[in-house]
Amino acid sequence: MRAVFFLAALASVLAVLLICLFLFGNGVPALLKIGIFKFLAGQEWAPSDVPPLFGILPMIAGSLYVTACALILGVPVGILTAVFLARVCPPRLYRFLKPGVDLLAGIPSVVYGFFGMAALVPHFHSSILSAGILLGVMILPTMAGIAESALRAVPEHYYEGALALGAGHYRAVFRVILPAARSGVLAAVVLGMGRAVGETMAVIMVAGNQARMPNSIFQGVRTLTANIVMEMGYAAELHRGALIATGVVLFVFILLVNLCLSALNRRIT
Amino acid sequence: MKRISPSETFMAAITWAAALLTAGALLYIIGFILWRGVPYITPSLFAPVYNSINVSLLPALVSTVMMAVLSLSFALPLGIGAAVYLAEYARRGNRAVRLIRLAAETLAGIPSIVYGLFGMLFFVVWLGWDFSLLAGSCTLAIMILPLLLRSGEEALLSVPDSYREGSFALGAGKLRTVFRIVLPAAIPGVLAGVVLAVGRIAGETAALIYTAGTVAQIPPDVFASARTLSVHMYALSREGLHTNEGYATAVVLLLVVIGINVIAARIAGKIGGAHERV
Repeated sequence: MRAVFFLAALASVLAVLLICLFLFGNGVPALLKIGIFKFLAGQEWAPSDVPPLFGILPMIAGSLYVTACALILGVPVGILTAVFLARVCPPRLYRFLKPGVDLLAGIPSVVYGFFGMAALVPHFHSSILSAGILLGVMILPTMAGIAESALRAVPEHYYEGALALGAGHYRAVFRVILPAARSGVLAAVVLGMGRAVGETMAVIMVAGNQARMPNSIFQGVRTLTANIVMEMGYAAELHRGALIATGVVLFVFILLVNLCLSALNRRIT
Repeated sequence: MKRISPSETFMAAITWAAALLTAGALLYIIGFILWRGVPYITPSLFAPVYNSINVSLLPALVSTVMMAVLSLSFALPLGIGAAVYLAEYARRGNRAVRLIRLAAETLAGIPSIVYGLFGMLFFVVWLGWDFSLLAGSCTLAIMILPLLLRSGEEALLSVPDSYREGSFALGAGKLRTVFRIVLPAAIPGVLAGVVLAVGRIAGETAALIYTAGTVAQIPPDVFASARTLSVHMYALSREGLHTNEGYATAVVLLLVVIGINVIAARIAGKIGGAHERV
């Protein structure tokens, strides 16, 4: 029976191998045919031109801008919310706020998208800013949850020591506990970044999806994820290969993020 | 009287402001969706058949349930089996264990659109299943596997060793102990993981568009295409003709998700005190 359980446990390993095999197997040939440099650094995405142009730099830039915008808005609020949950919140309020944060994490991305279409797009148009605000809210609960447990893991005598040295409550929290939990808080930010880069549906609904280099945050932009969903339905041959290669770029980026995360987690334990 | 420094006041203010902002965002989003959607919840929205005039959500609702049941029936045995291996059999720090954990962590971080791409390439094209309930649910099964694995393992580890020792002392073997003693005691934790997984399945869109397709029907068998509630909403937003019905669907989906969260919190609350009486 031990073997049966072991085989079940190997399913995750098999899944990762299959995902790598099929993604790289289908994406890399197209990547080589287009040329890695032309693909990654090309500023024109025009799959129906003759000859077609497959440059995904606008999408890479789009993903980075949207993610940066989401982090700028989401990280401070997320970490401060974590501080509030872990160290400030009265227990009575906690009983409502904590499930509320969990619920915020559980709202499906299409629902966020519908919200964004009606509440953000009329004010900020379909733009980097709209997508950034929406993503900032979406990654907030993830970051708050992880950062909260990191803050809670800091031994209580750190806090008591700070108080004994004359620090006030908030000074002790911000100057002693927060720095002591920095690896965990950083892990929360990295995880939020991974979420933001990988988010698809909500972004498609508010970002405008124009495949061109953006000049300002009020312009529409297409992310890597949006590129795949928008065109996979009708793409064929090299165009299809280029979309899968877009997925490969996204996948490699997420693998790098995961690598950072596990390095951080090792430092925590 | 104790003097409170201005910096202390400032730090208090920004912390409370952040918490208010988070709570405000939640209430605003839920309120907004309810306000836009509730007026359009009509009996015709629950008609048995979808057509372009009456965009009924019932087929999508049924498809969502079928999708959840199928995905769980693939992923749950694997997830529990793996959790049993990690918690009951494996020696800590063993190489295989490190590999399995690394794989599960990797799976947990992969974005859903990448799962969708993989599902399309592997299940839909390579295995030739076309856009189908089966291809979609297999894709989702891989996606929820790390979640089930982690919650299962945590549940098993939270069962006190005295249970196992008692079982061994009464002459039960390892396998009997696992199935008759440890697993039943871990059921609430496993269930909490299952509920969270159902939430992810109900909310998933990107992984399903190119694996299960977008046909709005109650699928006659597992090889037929089906759209879940989330995919249904996305399709409505693309067409742009039935946006109000889209918000009504959002209300239904939101209620499903809130229900799931409440159930998960209840179960988690029960686990807290479950083993203390021993």
